[in-house]
Amino acid sequence: MVPISAYLILSFVLFSIGAIGVLVRKNAIVVFMCIELMLNAVNISFVAFSQLHGNLDGQIAVFFVMVVAAAEAAVGLAIIIAMFRNAETTETTDFGELKF
Amino acid sequence: MQNLLILIPIIPLVGALLSFLSGKIDKAVSGWVATLAAFLSFFLVCYFFTGLEGGSVIFKQTLFDWISINDFATSTKQVVQFGLRLDALSMLMCLIITGIGTLIHLYSIGYMAVDPSRPRFFAYLNLFLFFMLLLVLGSNLLMLFIGWEGVGLCSYLLIGFWYKKTDYAKAGRKAFIVNRIGDAAFLIGIFLLFYAVGSIDFLDLAKFFEANKAVSVASIVALCLFIGATGKSAQIPLFVWLPDAMAGPTPVSALIHAATMVTAGLYLMARTHFIFEQAPQVASIIVVVAILTSFIAALTALVQNDIKKVLAYSTVSQLGFMFMAAAAGAYWVAIFHVVTHAFFKACLFLCAGSVIHGCHHEQDMRQMGGLASKMPITFVTYLVATVAISGIFPLSGYQSKHAILGALEHSGFSHWIYYLAMFTAFLTAFYMTRSLIMTFFGKYKGHAHPHESPLTMTIPLIVLACLSVIGGFYLQDRLPEFLSKILNSKTHEHESIFASLLHSWTGLSGIFLAFIMYKFYPAMPEKISTMFSYLHRIFDNKFYFDEVYHLCVVTPLEKIGNFCWKVIDVGFIDSAVNGTGSVVEVTGEISRFFQSGQTRTYCLGILFSTVVVILLCFVF
Repeated sequence: MVPISAYLILSFVLFSIGAIGVLVRKNAIVVFMCIELMLNAVNISFVAFSQLHGNLDGQIAVFFVMVVAAAEAAVGLAIIIAMFRNAETTETTDFGELKF
Repeated sequence: MQNLLILIPIIPLVGALLSFLSGKIDKAVSGWVATLAAFLSFFLVCYFFTGLEGGSVIFKQTLFDWISINDFATSTKQVVQFGLRLDALSMLMCLIITGIGTLIHLYSIGYMAVDPSRPRFFAYLNLFLFFMLLLVLGSNLLMLFIGWEGVGLCSYLLIGFWYKKTDYAKAGRKAFIVNRIGDAAFLIGIFLLFYAVGSIDFLDLAKFFEANKAVSVASIVALCLFIGATGKSAQIPLFVWLPDAMAGPTPVSALIHAATMVTAGLYLMARTHFIFEQAPQVASIIVVVAILTSFIAALTALVQNDIKKVLAYSTVSQLGFMFMAAAAGAYWVAIFHVVTHAFFKACLFLCAGSVIHGCHHEQDMRQMGGLASKMPITFVTYLVATVAISGIFPLSGYQSKHAILGALEHSGFSHWIYYLAMFTAFLTAFYMTRSLIMTFFGKYKGHAHPHESPLTMTIPLIVLACLSVIGGFYLQDRLPEFLSKILNSKTHEHESIFASLLHSWTGLSGIFLAFIMYKFYPAMPEKISTMFSYLHRIFDNKFYFDEVYHLCVVTPLEKIGNFCWKVIDVGFIDSAVNGTGSVVEVTGEISRFFQSGQTRTYCLGILFSTVVVILLCFVF
């Protein structure tokens, strides 16, 4: 039996990699992939806790997360394409108009 | 018929607009448009006059409720109406305003014939008629006040008509500011009256003061109204603006500063005579102020060399006479003198304008002389008006002045006032004859080529001169009857022949003395003025009123103003406002540092704060 801590450590490590990726990388697609990584890291911990408690609540939450992730992929990739069409780049640093 | 009442003031208002706009197309047209508007208004007033049936009918028109106040304590509604009212008194004033107004408009066409901005002039002149008619037609004190302020505005605009000359602009400002002092007192009077009576409608007020004798507030209200009147009607201590007001074009001096606007104070007193009748102490103040004004202005007029200045001080002096009559309770006599004075003083001013026009804008009488042959019509009309103002039987000045002196004699005031008034009447005759001789007799001393004025200018002169001749005779019996519904117009039945002789003798002797001094012994005035050079200086500087005001009022005000500007405004208020600005700016600069505009920075913020929150949850 694999102890719960192993799952949680895996989840933590994946989440951290995802978060650092979001913060550090400039390429919008990579940033996007990192977000997916963070979502799936959370999924792992959900499933682990579900196993631990012996009920299906966590598993159901995972399904929801996966649906959201799918939707996000559809919208997010479309946005990235739009961004590229506009500025011929997907570098996030080139989109600094939030500060006037 | 009474629904047409509003048209009387509205026609000149429309005329003002039209004459200004038509001036954009052709400048020559604007004068005729303005004159036509004035004449139409006069025509309408005449139409109402026929319906007035000798003063027994009162026309009223209420346009709308202007101010309505619910009194919470008594739950009654107090309403100030925007209403007009035409009775015998306002009819008389309307006839003067529109009648003489029309003549002066006609005269101005000739007088202003070459001025480039005459559309503006005629627009102002018509606007003045509008406000003046509103003043006399108003059915309550607040309506009167609108007109009162409006004519003040027009007076200011017209005194400073040639605003490019700084002195003229300053004279306009002086008139406006000095009037403001009187107006403040007038407003306080209105407030007090509203507080005490609960209405400012003339009819309500008359009823109230009829029913309640010895109203405690009457004295203070009367005093406030009188101070208001001293501003508009140029009495001590607020008369200093009128001599300076001669900076305006001469028709303006004739219309506004002789015939109509300056008599507004008298109109106010006659309108609210029921208040003044309950304030005998105020009457004695008024009579003292009036006699002093009259006397001092007459003395000052003795030594003036500017023809318009002589007339200006003469106006102040005559206004003093009117106030004396009002103080003596003879309101109809005061109004009588308002009417006759309007005739001959407008005539005198217009003659002066004609002379100035003919001499190419020369106003100094020492540069004139001998104009009698060169300007015969102007000379004859000036002569007639001078004789009229001197109070020589049977011209109009005699009847009104005689009535004033009679009223003073029979009033309860000290006999010294009567004697001083008589002496002032003598001085009036003297200085007016002096101006006549200096201007029209002897040899011409100027360098221009004087010529008679055009018909548009001489016709008003002739009409006004005729009115000055017959006005007094015609009105002396009809006026008291006409005004009897409004004013207490009792005449003194038992007049002694002696008094009549005395009163006409004062004028005659003034004329006689002036002829001796200025015609037959021309060296005499010079000798006398060097003999009494000290007095001459005092008279010439109108008893140093301006200098005293400058020292006591203007300089301290300037100092206070400078203090407020440099210390309070710049030092205190400005630094507070600018300080607020710079605090915001610095705060903004600091917070701007955190807003990089990059999504990743914000993400870091979110992550960092989430971690902090989670950690805090663990700690607590």
